Amino acid sequence: MTEPRPVTDWIHDFDHTDPRWTENPYPIWDELRSASPVVHTDRFLGVYMPTTFEAVKEISYDTDHFSSRRIIVRNERPEVVQPAPPITSDPPEHKPAKRLLLPPFTPDAVRLLEPRVRAICNELIDDFIEDDGCDAAAQYTKHIPVRAIAHMLGIPEQDSDLFIKWIHEVLELGITDTATLMRAVEEMSIYFIGHIAKRKQHPTDDLISSLMNARDKNGQPLSDPHVLGSLRLLLIAGIDTTWSAIGASLWHLAKTPADRDRLLAEPELLPTAIEEFLRAYAPVTMAREVMKETVISGCPVKPGNMVLLSFPAANRDPSVFPDADQVKIDRKENPHVAFGLGIHRCVGSNLARMEMTVAIEEWLKRVPDFRLDTSQKVKWSEGTVRGPRQLPILFGKPS
Amino acid sequence: MSGTIKIHVDQDKCQGHARCKALAPKLFELDEFGNAHEIGDGTVPADLIEQAWLAKANCPEVAIEIVED
Repeated sequence: MTEPRPVTDWIHDFDHTDPRWTENPYPIWDELRSASPVVHTDRFLGVYMPTTFEAVKEISYDTDHFSSRRIIVRNERPEVVQPAPPITSDPPEHKPAKRLLLPPFTPDAVRLLEPRVRAICNELIDDFIEDDGCDAAAQYTKHIPVRAIAHMLGIPEQDSDLFIKWIHEVLELGITDTATLMRAVEEMSIYFIGHIAKRKQHPTDDLISSLMNARDKNGQPLSDPHVLGSLRLLLIAGIDTTWSAIGASLWHLAKTPADRDRLLAEPELLPTAIEEFLRAYAPVTMAREVMKETVISGCPVKPGNMVLLSFPAANRDPSVFPDADQVKIDRKENPHVAFGLGIHRCVGSNLARMEMTVAIEEWLKRVPDFRLDTSQKVKWSEGTVRGPRQLPILFGKPS
Repeated sequence: MSGTIKIHVDQDKCQGHARCKALAPKLFELDEFGNAHEIGDGTVPADLIEQAWLAKANCPEVAIEIVED
């Protein structure tokens, strides 16, 4: 594995794993957007990036020219990982696979998990509330989604560290290290095969059992690879994404006392603020593979390339969001695309919103005064999912 | 805006973001897959007109149609 060359020309040679992009991508995206609605780099074997809301939308809706069979921009092709339906599915296979997953993730369904999530948040806060501060990423935001999804799937919450290791290997190290990626996927499959086998003996009332009991249109159960693929998807997609979203929200509140005070005074504003955090700090960038030559926002797009489908960049497009670079926690009109657009809208969006709301509510109740510990660094994750992985915070008012 | 308005969710466009349900719970309902539908024939009571426009403005898929009588 060789170190990538540093970027000197973002517009023609961008690299979404460059440390400057990881640290603060927003000015880079603004530069790219003012150059063209679609930019291209030869890195990663050829990648386009739509930079405007409109171009992101065109690609999201065009499943004829853009396939989801590869959803991470990596250094190698072809894809080495087994499919994870429905996120890696195209029409017509996509719809039936997605419909199986939707009912457990409606707002009413995820509301049933809310008491457990609230308890998880408080158990975590109990562990550091007596201290002067904490690393909010490592001690709080990291553990909430992983425990929630474990609870939902019916697997032990104590296995959380294992899940977080796999996700790091798949989504970060896996971009350049195929062996690590393959090993992580293999370990996940073995883990879930064990849980499936147990449920064949003793059925349970959880999401793994619902997937095992699901029937397709012809009344047939899903194949084992389909069940395993969907389970890997739920685990990977449901954890560091929401971890990032909660972390970015807390990071914003730690450095913006006016917004924190306003939310303490007007708690009813929280749902609107959460949507604004989702817009401004959307964690997830997806990818597509170009299947056929086409034109996006006037720019020719050729097969053989991947597309970095940047929902976060779309959310910063000033032609759709006035003052797009400013975080306004009372922004009323906010059709952001943090959860994607079109048929691949994030299946867990209602769960993510609930977890974010509960995590911020419980934090503000118990830690109303806090600020960034500027003697230490905030560290952000690299690549497809961006959020704080180290978030040093001090409690109380500055003395 | 003087007369009444009617809302309609285009089922070909709705992807279940559920923003409308969060912003205007008396005007929209979700089915078992989380996709939104207008309640009843979509006629919006006078006191909920602002909510209807807010729901439309926040739908990322532009799936909500409003017809002004």
